[in-house]
Amino acid sequence: MKALLKEIGSGFHSLVTGMRITLGQFFKPQVTVHYPHETLKMPVRFRGHIELVRDPQTGKAICFACKACEKACPSDCIIVEGVKREGERRKSVTEFKLDFTKCSLCGSCVEACKSEAIRFSKDYNLASVSKEEFIMDLFKRLESEQPKPPQAQPEQSKEAA
Amino acid sequence: MSALSALSSGETKGETFVINVGPQHPATHGVLRLKMTMDGEYITRAEPVCGYIHRMHEKMGENRTWAQFLPNTGRIDYLAAMAYSHAYVGAVERAAGIAAPPRAEYIRVITSELNRISSHLVWFGAFLLDLGGFTPLLYAFDDREKILDILEALTGSRLTYSYYRFGGVCNDVDDDFIRGTREFVAFMRPRMKMYHSLVTDNIILRKRLIGIGVISAEMCRQYGATGPVIRGSGVGYDVRKSEPYSVYRDLDFDVPVYPEGDCMARYLVRMEEMVQSLRIIEQALDKLPAGPVMASGVPRTLKPPAGDCCFAVEAARGRLLVRIVSDNKEMPYRVRLRTPSFCNLSLYEEASQGMMLPDALALLGSLDLVIPDIDR
Repeated sequence: MKALLKEIGSGFHSLVTGMRITLGQFFKPQVTVHYPHETLKMPVRFRGHIELVRDPQTGKAICFACKACEKACPSDCIIVEGVKREGERRKSVTEFKLDFTKCSLCGSCVEACKSEAIRFSKDYNLASVSKEEFIMDLFKRLESEQPKPPQAQPEQSKEAA
Repeated sequence: MSALSALSSGETKGETFVINVGPQHPATHGVLRLKMTMDGEYITRAEPVCGYIHRMHEKMGENRTWAQFLPNTGRIDYLAAMAYSHAYVGAVERAAGIAAPPRAEYIRVITSELNRISSHLVWFGAFLLDLGGFTPLLYAFDDREKILDILEALTGSRLTYSYYRFGGVCNDVDDDFIRGTREFVAFMRPRMKMYHSLVTDNIILRKRLIGIGVISAEMCRQYGATGPVIRGSGVGYDVRKSEPYSVYRDLDFDVPVYPEGDCMARYLVRMEEMVQSLRIIEQALDKLPAGPVMASGVPRTLKPPAGDCCFAVEAARGRLLVRIVSDNKEMPYRVRLRTPSFCNLSLYEEASQGMMLPDALALLGSLDLVIPDIDR
């Protein structure tokens, strides 16, 4: 009888303690971010998929197709091609294919690049119903963004600072 | 069908039937299938079915360069990726004769311990979810989020960090990281007290865990169980103390040991370990030396001299050993992984015999299994 009463007592006590803690939580500020109405700011080092970096002086890609990233990639998801145009000192990139279906976002390519020609994108909204959309040509992507280099410039200088 | 009708009519004596516990589907990674032979509500045999998420990490190690295997180490136990990178990096450093600078070693300890707390918080939430309590999961994941934010700002990734390199770490920590980690330690201490009054002292939890799923130290020895499982059976074996690596020798911490061997003992070991990890982080932050975070003179294409090297670390689930065999080429000859979850699962079949189904699920949760770590 005594044990039973003790058990009821301790059961009531743990009920009250639990209720007190959960009720206390009720008055604390909300921690949930209401995505997609609110979004978080990605940290500077966030590792998204990669993208080519534009040279602020020439407006073209810095990449000269040395293929260091292609070699460093553990999943063979990068294909880089370049040609040497006449009168130019280095090769220039003509194709930079990223098979994002195989990419594991390890960042080995960015680390292998000695001329800082690729960087991580902050884009994380990567959903699609077709596989083809994830086999991206980063060079074409850069070219299509060509019309607005003045906008890209202040962003780059901000990152450098 | 006949077994079910037999169960409802109460004629279960001596007649057994088989139920499948847990789903199995490649898309639902991290689930375990158990084939349970039941006699009524009691288990006569519970057979874990492994191999659904086997990705051949060991074989993958043999056909990529030493550095290219690093991202793989984060994907074996996705909840404690830091420790796995640590073991592999440590083994290669030992083979190639590279010594990481002291600052890098301290950063490794801080990040590994943060990762251990986040891993234990997932276990805490998932274990209580298995037992039928939903609220603690939300609290635990809220706290874990703070660790993930700290580590994401440092490494760029939330789970699969691939942060360590041969000879150091890839980014230096900044003041934001140090301040954020100190704030987290100060925040987490009262939270642990809250967890104890909300969960540990709860009579329903105590009734479900005390005296349930007793595993003896002898059974742990036979199956090679390590980590919180063996420490909950009264054996004070912790790699950080028994064979200290990195800078653990210079840090003051205790290894929690509970002799009971039941689910409650394993629960308390992990809760106490989080407190000890906070202690380690605090000390390591105080002692953090200045200097470089990468050793100089690490060759770009690493070719360790021919030989055989082992490195063991205490991962969140127990002793993790990486053995590498090198034949002085760009790629490893062999990468062997001794993962803790596999051994901890092995004892389940024997330990769960004769238990009631709900108790057996409490035992399963208290082993803290990560399925990719079992299959790897």
